[in-house]
Order: sequence, then structure tokens, then C-alpha cells
Amino acid sequence: MSDSSVLQRLKGAIFSSSTRQKLLAFASLIGLMIFFSLASPSFMQTDNMVGILQATAVNGVLAIACTFVIITSGIDLSVGTLMTFCSVMAGVFLTYWGLPFYVGVAAAIFFGAFSGFISGVLIAKLKIPPFIATLGMMLLLKGLALVISGTKPIYFNDTPEFPSISQDSLIGYFLPDLPIPNAVLILFLVAIVSSLILNKTVLGSYTFALGSNEEAVRLSGVNVDRWKIIIYSLSGAICGVAGLLIASRLNSAQPALGQGYELDAIAAVVIGGTSLSGGAGTILGTIIGAFIMSVLTNGLRIMSVAQEWQTVVTGIIIILAVYADILRKRK
Amino acid sequence: MTAIVSIQHLNKSFPGVRALDDCQFELVAGEVHALMGENGAGKSTLMKVLAGVYQKDSGDILIDGNVVEISSPRAAQALGIGIIHQELNLMNHLSVAQNIFIGREPLGRLGLFVDKRKMDEDTQKICDRLHLNLDPRTPVGDLTVARQQMVEIAKALSFDSRVLIMDEPTAALNNAEIDDLFRIIRQLKSQGVGIVYISHKMDELKRISDRVTVMRDGQYIATVPTATTSMETIISMMVGRTLFDGDGPVIPDTQREVVLEVKGLNRGRTIKDVNFVVRKGEILGFAGLMGAGRTEVARAVFGADPVDSGEIWVHGTKVRITTPVNAVKSGIGYLSEDRKHFGLATGMDVESNIVLATMSRFLSLGFFLKHPAMRQIATSFVKQLGIKTPSVSQKVALLSGGNQQKIVIAKWLVRDCEILFFDEPTRGIDVGAKSEIYKLLNALAAQGRAIVMISSELPEVLRLSHRILVMCEGRVTGELPALGATQEKIMQLATQRESLLTP
Repeated sequence: MSDSSVLQRLKGAIFSSSTRQKLLAFASLIGLMIFFSLASPSFMQTDNMVGILQATAVNGVLAIACTFVIITSGIDLSVGTLMTFCSVMAGVFLTYWGLPFYVGVAAAIFFGAFSGFISGVLIAKLKIPPFIATLGMMLLLKGLALVISGTKPIYFNDTPEFPSISQDSLIGYFLPDLPIPNAVLILFLVAIVSSLILNKTVLGSYTFALGSNEEAVRLSGVNVDRWKIIIYSLSGAICGVAGLLIASRLNSAQPALGQGYELDAIAAVVIGGTSLSGGAGTILGTIIGAFIMSVLTNGLRIMSVAQEWQTVVTGIIIILAVYADILRKRK
Repeated sequence: MTAIVSIQHLNKSFPGVRALDDCQFELVAGEVHALMGENGAGKSTLMKVLAGVYQKDSGDILIDGNVVEISSPRAAQALGIGIIHQELNLMNHLSVAQNIFIGREPLGRLGLFVDKRKMDEDTQKICDRLHLNLDPRTPVGDLTVARQQMVEIAKALSFDSRVLIMDEPTAALNNAEIDDLFRIIRQLKSQGVGIVYISHKMDELKRISDRVTVMRDGQYIATVPTATTSMETIISMMVGRTLFDGDGPVIPDTQREVVLEVKGLNRGRTIKDVNFVVRKGEILGFAGLMGAGRTEVARAVFGADPVDSGEIWVHGTKVRITTPVNAVKSGIGYLSEDRKHFGLATGMDVESNIVLATMSRFLSLGFFLKHPAMRQIATSFVKQLGIKTPSVSQKVALLSGGNQQKIVIAKWLVRDCEILFFDEPTRGIDVGAKSEIYKLLNALAAQGRAIVMISSELPEVLRLSHRILVMCEGRVTGELPALGATQEKIMQLATQRESLLTP
């Protein structure tokens, strides 16, 4: 139990202000964990816990990227393939061109931000609805990733530092009993920074304001288009981080991967209580949502539930989560 | 005469608010019964309980002397109670007939297909009964607001309503349209329909209502016959205090510096060669009928809509305004007539709304918001403007119309705009809050701000303006000094249609 309580304390300390609101999602997460630990003794093993954390990292980071966009009452369908595109670009910079490690990292984040910028321009300037604009970007990026990589995985064999982004454990170095991989640290780092941006900065305020009433914001003399583009760029940059995480975990950029990840990310956001109609949402909720999804997948697998049925259960959970949120708001 | 509706000892609470406190109300057949009170007095809540939108906590509702439970809007319809909400609830893409019969379309063959012909015929019958000239097949979105309102009335009547509740039905209508509406109301009256009429316009109540029930702070105050009660008496019952009366018309000071000059503004068919100046410390009234192009001019000057041609000069310098960002930089603020859609982020709190136009001023390191400073400013304006809210972190959606309007005003005051366009600043606001807004406008002008006030209420224009500009069909048809201006003179200019000018 020790690792999960550490986790809780960590979360409580970081996000205390908004914790109360997300109690329901949090209680469901705890409920699920209790259920699975009773159903299978191997669930609460440190190895398995670490596995869950590791598995949450990529989806969690993508879901954070989506949270920004969804709070503006937009949607981003391109986060999954953008992640892949970014990992391919890291591969191009590191493996094809043999550039130093940090250049590859910077490239992945840059191309993420750049793609987000393009989405933002399509949506803000050309007034293309977010669903369509990012659907187009999703296919475009998927194709580009395949073209650039020649449809083959790019391995990071020349860059020995690369896998350490995700797989090494800084915490494990100091506390050998707690080999939490760096990917999880990065997830929480992204979460903390995002939470700060959302709650403490002008960008965050406009993110909520845009989702609440875009026209009122425009008529207040705020440059709505610019802020929208910035929000999509930020979301893209976060996808770049996800691209690094997944490439580092697989020690390769897999160009065929990515599609489908956007739906898991959106599901995590929605389970976390962020409204698809915009104007409300929290990063903590999204993180809890992402954990609910991976605990569920992991637990069902440990209980030897067939893959097909896992998908069915996940679907039901999403519907229940959103309904619970509607009930909570009705009160 | 027995009452169709009798409400006794009704109580209703919302979280933190006692909305209705031991209320009573009575409606007899064939009367127009006005319900008056300031915003937040509980008028709409009382009527929503009667219409089944809200559930009462305790008390009795009697229909024809029998106690009834009204558990849903559908139950209310079955009892013959129809309500026309302040905001129209129509589907713009559907036809008049489809809107009226939504949810109970007559079915034809196999009970599967909608019998469109019968639906159109039934609609025609209702329209005939009201002497309404409406084609049942017209999409509602193509109709004027006034006609859409008629569709709502027709819809309410199609349920064989014996009780018709109208919440601010004339808010968006011009005088001719109001006359039409009143004609229909008198017809319904003669057919024995009881009408509950909620409005803030005193002159209308005098014209149309038989009795007035006054509410204040969720409580029943009194029911009086309209004919023998003076408006002053009713107003004092509503507010429970004496009202601020305006200083009367102010003589325009042509010596003062011109702050804003608009030259040759054109935009399609809505704005035609509009020229005007506003001086420092002046309130320029924009009068005209609905659709005269006043809002369009304000939006164009503010950069919210593109223009075909025209120049805008601020302090003698030509400025280029293509977006609201430019306008705000030039010191121009615009308060929209439609607060909910264009003025407020109602899902956000009071504080965020007040600093919405000025967030860049509350930054540390160019990015992080200084929440304590924002809170301080918001709190000081809440105090200064007398905004009634439990705290600055209250959601704006939960406040009354008058308080919401003050928040929009606060937003522009924080921005310190020199030129302010007020578009229907008192629409949907109760009498007490109105006089506070008037005081505020006068104070702003006295501070040296240039104010343009668009209003469809002529007494308001006459009372506040220093100069009055009258528009009709996109053109400025005249300018009047406030001293000596009359409602008749304004109406004459406001109806000076183009065909009369060019033979």
C-alpha cells in the first residue's frame, strides 16, 4: 500500500485547492483499486503498481494536452498521431542526422508546438470547426509520420541516453525500494506545470473564459485568435513530450502507432470531470481519469478478463463516469 | 367571479436564497393581471412554479377552486397554463407549424408519418383566431422578433390555454409591434383567457392591465386595481423607498473637446453614411426603432463587425479599428444589449468578469496573474457600484440582471475607457436598478467620459441625454438638443423612412 499512499499525499499536496471537487472520481479510483486488490493478490505488488504508473504516463500527458483544448470548448483529435509524428521527428534528428540528444528532445517538442500552432491557425483564423480541423491534422500527421520514416520504425541505438527519459528511475536511485520510472516523474511535472498555467496565469484564465463565452471575451477587446493559437500550440508541445515518452519506452519511433490514443486521452479528460461544452475542468481530474483507465485495464488483465471484454467495460465506465458527473452537477 | 388560478401561502427556496416567502396570487378569467417587482423580487420564480418549471416547497395552487399538483411543464399544459418565457424558445430552422406542434405532431398513415397538411391547417386556424397574418410554412428564423413572439403566443394557445403567462413580452418590440401585441391580448381577454403580464414598462401596464400585484424580496406586497392607482404608488410599493429622479435635460456644451468623431460610416444595408461626434463629458443618446441600425453603428465603431467604408477619429487622430482589440486600445468600450451572449462569461465568477478586459494589467513576470490585486480591484468595484453578490467568487449566472449589468460596466471602468457605448443599458432591469444605472451614467459623464447611449425607451433617452441622435433604416435622420426634445419629435425622425425623402 505504501506506494499508492505516497502518490495520494503527493497529489493532495500539489492540487489541494481543487481536490474537493474531484472527490467522486478519486473515490472511484480508490474503489477500483480496493476491488482489484481483493480480487487478485498480485494487483498490489510493487511491480504491478509501477507498471500501472508507467502505462499511465503517455495517456496522462496526452490527456493533459487535451484538457486545455477541451476547456476552451474545442476538441483535438490529432493528439495521438501528433505524438507519433513528434517521436518520428526525434528519430530523424537523432538517428538519421546524428544530432546530440538534447537537440532531438527540443525537436520533438518544437514540432509538437508547431503542429499545434497550425491547428490553432486553422481554427482561429480560418474558422474551421475544431473537430474537422484536427481530424484533418490527425490524418495529415499520420501520413507524414509514415512518409518521413519510410513506414519503418526508427531505432535510437546511437543515442544511449534516449531510453533513460522514460525507463530509468531517479526515485529508484535514491529509494531502491521504489523504482518509479522517470516517465511518471515527467507526467507529474507536466501536470504541475499545466496546473500552474491553468490556475495562475493569464493564459489559463483566457482558456476558461474562451470556453465560457468566446464572444464576450472578444468584445472585451481580447485578441481571441492569438490566445486560441497559443493554447493549441501549448497542447501540441505537450504532445511532443508524450512523443518522447513513448519513443523512449519503446526505444524506437513506431510510425504506425498513435491513432486511437486521442480517444483514450479524451476519455480520461471526460472521466476526470472536464465538460466537453467547455469553461470548466481541472488537471487533477484528468490525471485521476487517466489512472482510472489504466487501473481498469491492468486490473481486468490480472483477473484474466479477455481483451474484448476489457474494451466493453472501459466503454461502460466512461458512460457511468459522465453520468455521475451530471448527477453531481444537478444537485 | 371565481378565480381560475389561486395561489396561497407558497414557499420556494433555492440553495442560500428564499425565493418565495408565503406568496399569494389570484387570476380571474378575462383579466390582464400585471405582476410587478424589481428583479429578484420573485415574479419569474412564482410564474415558473405555476408553469411547472419549478416545484414548490409548500403552499397551495388552486385551479378552478381545486387544489392541484403541477409537477412538470406538461402537467401545467394539461391544466391549460401556457407560459411565454422572456427568451424565446423557438427552433429557427423549423417552420411555424413545426414549432407550434413540436412533440405532438399529428400523425397520418400508419401512425409513422407526420401529417404535414393537417399540421399546417391547424396552425392556420390558430393564426386566424388571432387575426395573425402568418404562413405556417415559413421558417421561424426568417420572421422578425415580433412575429416570433406571436408564434410563441400561438403555440401557448394551441394547448387550449386558459391561463397565459407573458414574461417581458415587449422587451424586443417597437411601438407598432407592441400595439399589435396588445390587440391580441385584448382579443384573448374577450375570449375569457386570464393573462399574467410581467413587465418593467410602467406605461404599458397602464394601457393593458386590469389589476397589478406587487412583489418585493420574494414576498407578496399588495394587489391593486390599475385604473385607480398611481404609478408612483406602485413604484414605491415595489422598491420600498423613494426613487432618484434625474436632473432633467442638460444643455449641451459645444465648447468641449470632441473625443470621438465618426465620418461616412457605411456597412451594407444596415449603416448608410453615418456621421456624428461625441464630446468630452457628454451623453449622446441614440434613439430609433428596433433595427434602425444603432447597435450596428456601435458594433462597427468598436470593430466587432467589418465596415465597407468610414473613418474614426479619436482626439483628433484618425485611428484604424478592425477588431475590438484596436478599439479598446483607442479607449473605446462597448456594453452589449445582450449581456448573456456578448457581455459576460456567465459560468465564471464576478472577479474574472470584472478584470476580463484588463487581465494584462495584473501580471507578474508577464505571465502569472496577481490574484490578490485582481480580488482587490473587483471588491472595490463591487462596493463602488453596489453590486449585490455574496462574494467576488460568486458565479455571475446566479446574479440578477441589474447586478450582471453593473458587472459589465465595472469591466469597462477598470479598463478606464474614455469613450463608452451603452447599448440598451437598462433592458430587463428593474426600476430600482435602473435609477442606479442612470446615476452611474451621469457620474461617468461628469468625470469627463464621452458616452453614447442607445435606448429604445424614449423617456430614458430624454432624461439622460445631452444631445439626441435619431436613426431610421441605417441613416441618421436628425439630431436634437435634449432641451426641447419631445417623444413626438423623436418618433417623427425615427419613422422618417427613405421612400418619403426621395420621391
